Amino acid sequence: MERKSKKAWLYLLPSLLFLAAFMVYPLIDVFIYSVEEGYNSASQSFFGYGLYNFSYVLHDPYFIQAVKNTMILVVITVPLSTGFALLISLGLSSIKKLRDLFQTIYFLPYVTNTLAVGLVFMLLFKQTQQSPGLVNIFLGLFGIDPVNFLEGPYWAKMFVLCFYTIWVVLPFKILILTSALASVNQDYYNAAKLDGTSKFRTFTRITLPMISPMIFYLIVTGSIGAFKAYSDAVALFTTDLNAAGMNTIVGYVYDMLYGNSGGYPSYASAAALILFVIVLTITCINLLISKKISI
Amino acid sequence: MADYTDYEKIEKSAKVRQTVRKTLIYIFLGIWALVVLFPFYWMILTSLKDYGEYANEIIPKFFVLKPAVENYTSGFTAVPLGIYLLNTLLFAVATTGIVVIVTIFSAFAFARLNFRGKDLLFTAFLSLMMIPNELVIITNYQTITNLGLRNTFTGLILPSVTSVFYIYLLKENFEQIPDSLYNAAKIDGTSDFKYLFKVLVPICRPTIVTIVILKVIECWNSYVWPRLITSNEAYYLVSNGIQEIRENGFGRQNDPAMMAAVVIISVPLIVLFLIFHKKIMEGVSRGGTKG
Amino acid sequence: MKVELKGLTKKYPSRNKNEKKDVVAVSNFDYTIPDGALVGLLGPSGCGKSTMLNMISGLQKPTEGRIFFGDTDVTDISPENRGVGLVFQNYALYPHLTARQNILFPLQNLKGKDKLSKEAMEEKMHEAAKLVQIERYLDRKPSELSGGQQQRVAIARALVKTPKVLLLDEPLSNLDARLRLQTREEIRRIQRETKVTTVFVTHDQDEAMSISDYIVVMKEGVIQQTGKPQDVYDSPANLFVAKFLGIPPINVFDGEVKDGKIYIGNDPVLNVKNVKEGKVYVTVRPEGFIPSADGALKCGLKSLEIMGRDVSIISENPASLSESIRSIVDADIKLDPALSEVRFNIKPHKLFIFDAETEERIYFETV
Repeated sequence: MERKSKKAWLYLLPSLLFLAAFMVYPLIDVFIYSVEEGYNSASQSFFGYGLYNFSYVLHDPYFIQAVKNTMILVVITVPLSTGFALLISLGLSSIKKLRDLFQTIYFLPYVTNTLAVGLVFMLLFKQTQQSPGLVNIFLGLFGIDPVNFLEGPYWAKMFVLCFYTIWVVLPFKILILTSALASVNQDYYNAAKLDGTSKFRTFTRITLPMISPMIFYLIVTGSIGAFKAYSDAVALFTTDLNAAGMNTIVGYVYDMLYGNSGGYPSYASAAALILFVIVLTITCINLLISKKISI
Repeated sequence: MADYTDYEKIEKSAKVRQTVRKTLIYIFLGIWALVVLFPFYWMILTSLKDYGEYANEIIPKFFVLKPAVENYTSGFTAVPLGIYLLNTLLFAVATTGIVVIVTIFSAFAFARLNFRGKDLLFTAFLSLMMIPNELVIITNYQTITNLGLRNTFTGLILPSVTSVFYIYLLKENFEQIPDSLYNAAKIDGTSDFKYLFKVLVPICRPTIVTIVILKVIECWNSYVWPRLITSNEAYYLVSNGIQEIRENGFGRQNDPAMMAAVVIISVPLIVLFLIFHKKIMEGVSRGGTKG
Repeated sequence: MKVELKGLTKKYPSRNKNEKKDVVAVSNFDYTIPDGALVGLLGPSGCGKSTMLNMISGLQKPTEGRIFFGDTDVTDISPENRGVGLVFQNYALYPHLTARQNILFPLQNLKGKDKLSKEAMEEKMHEAAKLVQIERYLDRKPSELSGGQQQRVAIARALVKTPKVLLLDEPLSNLDARLRLQTREEIRRIQRETKVTTVFVTHDQDEAMSISDYIVVMKEGVIQQTGKPQDVYDSPANLFVAKFLGIPPINVFDGEVKDGKIYIGNDPVLNVKNVKEGKVYVTVRPEGFIPSADGALKCGLKSLEIMGRDVSIISENPASLSESIRSIVDADIKLDPALSEVRFNIKPHKLFIFDAETEERIYFETV
């Protein structure tokens, strides 16, 4: 037994070492950082302990902007992408021809580099001196005035960011929902068909309840993912997100740590902890709602 | 429901409605397929445009007659795209390799071996799944910097070689293999190590393939950590590379050359996907989350 | 409602892409189900019986042939307009709805002139629940019900809209042996009370024999024989039907008709007339053997199984197609288990002969 025990720990050794060094220790450390006031990275010294870092971050207009941006992003993209993915999955599951082809196409964005393809989107929306950009030309066909999407009004920038985020997260959601729909036993649909159940009623009374666990899973993971948005924004608005007014909470954390305004791990830690608390709260609310509904 | 007299009519109109519905579905799906594919088309198209012509386009052309291949060569001459690709490949292979090994060992210990405190330790592992990367990255950045490992592959790879989620995934799979197989192997005098690699790993190959797929995609897209930890272009991965190219590369307006670079770094994963699309989609839906 | 099936054929494109030929699941199925009858479609798995059920319900369209409910051709009418109730093999109860909601579900679909008031729905639901005796469990979800109870809810859901035809797909296969007997009686009772024309599908001959008014025996998509269960048992039309019906199964021997006698191996067991001579299969039901010191059929005695009411004699004979011959005789007949040989006389009406080539029944007259 003793020998066995030793062997087990040996098998676990690599993961234990890595986790301790790069997960557990940093986790403790982030709390310490967050309460060390006036930390200086160069001299690695600080004045004392307190909650000043949190207060600083919470009063920083850049942080408030970042929270606002992130919240809007979550509130818009999570329901829209989930709903849209559901529509597409329903469409996919009701056809036979070309189904595999469509599925493969829809999945393509998942395997692309977010930053690289973000540049293509930037190009599509970009206004230059010669050209109003492809999207504006397209909108012009419908008589809509050109909009400076990337450097213009806030809502326009937000629209591009949301659009790109949805484009990026849809493949995963479509995949999950399509397989959830496929796993509903065909007999239920046959039973409903024999009873003359209308398409709409079949959807609301049978399909939806059966796949609702998956929908909630997507909403929970989707919210967490959207709260951590960063690289999509970088792709569209360059690394200086504060200047574009399009920073996200994660972006703020990294900016505090590194880059032009960097060198403040204490502020970064405080901001990261605030993010963690927000995500945890939202996730708990999501879970509570999902439990209420499924009972 | 006494007689069927009107049913012929009902059936006919139902057929018509059915056809209309199908057509609408195809149109809807087709439009979204276009939205998905268009950026790829545009990326390839732009990458083939001559810079001089491109800069003077007011309404962009939707085709090119004389593809400008020099955009692609400049991706390797004007900027070190080749190095970025090689770095990413090395990073992806090394990280994935280590992740798989570490995961197999840990999953085996949790699934098959008995030791004191196992349940407690596993619960502790699971609770680590809740911890977002953003929370620990700050200290990790400091740690790697203090160890003098910035701008090294070791620094790039080290923090991301253990994933609790993968350990969990594989442990569940290992536990589905009946005990009798393990006992049979024990009676035959097979060592644990041999049993693990000769029996468990081959049986659970689909899960391991899933882990490899997810990790490789993650590595290829990895941006934040490499950005923090590398300041020397010789260690840039494709994500940082493309950002660097965009901000300081060909000159801000040389979009065709930039798109050529985008095509080059997108192609490897897309080709892999087109070859293995069934496996990859299956793998991602088995246990994937992005973000 | 009488159900007429005329020349039904169902072909599927072959799954094997190299093979151009279609797979024929059902071929030229002709049968009329009398009004109010309980008919069992019986056959080994893959014989096309489930396809038949799906075609009657409308879930699948026949490649050829017509289906009539009464005088109406329903072949092109979609399932929801046919007025059929189907009980699925796995019941297909909606897991998120209670038994009550499951039974109400079909009623809530009714539209236009068929639409019911809330009270009428409740009443119909209670009627159906009472019929299958699950009133006590109405507020439970399927996962909180036993297999037998789920089965009843499924039947209630199928019956609640008073279908013209009730279809049951392997209704007993998901139940354990004890429940099976009970549910069997239950289905018979419900069918008698509602008088609804009922078709059920099974691979279990015992199940089909015990509750059906008529059975249809199928093999590879083709009807082998139809009729009342006892008639089919007593007079199988071919070797397949003879072997498929009956527990324990019928004993099959290589035999011959020669000089007005039926031979099993070299033993002449029966004198007959007006029969074509030649090689045949001789089959004898287990209850068709009479042990007798001067019996015509000589067998090596292997063992005796005494089971109260009767005794199974296990013996062997070189002409037998199986390793041992099982005969069931009255327990009063005493036999010394130490003997090495046992001799039988054969009851003529328990013996059938089949052509060795076509496996079709050859009828004979005894002398």
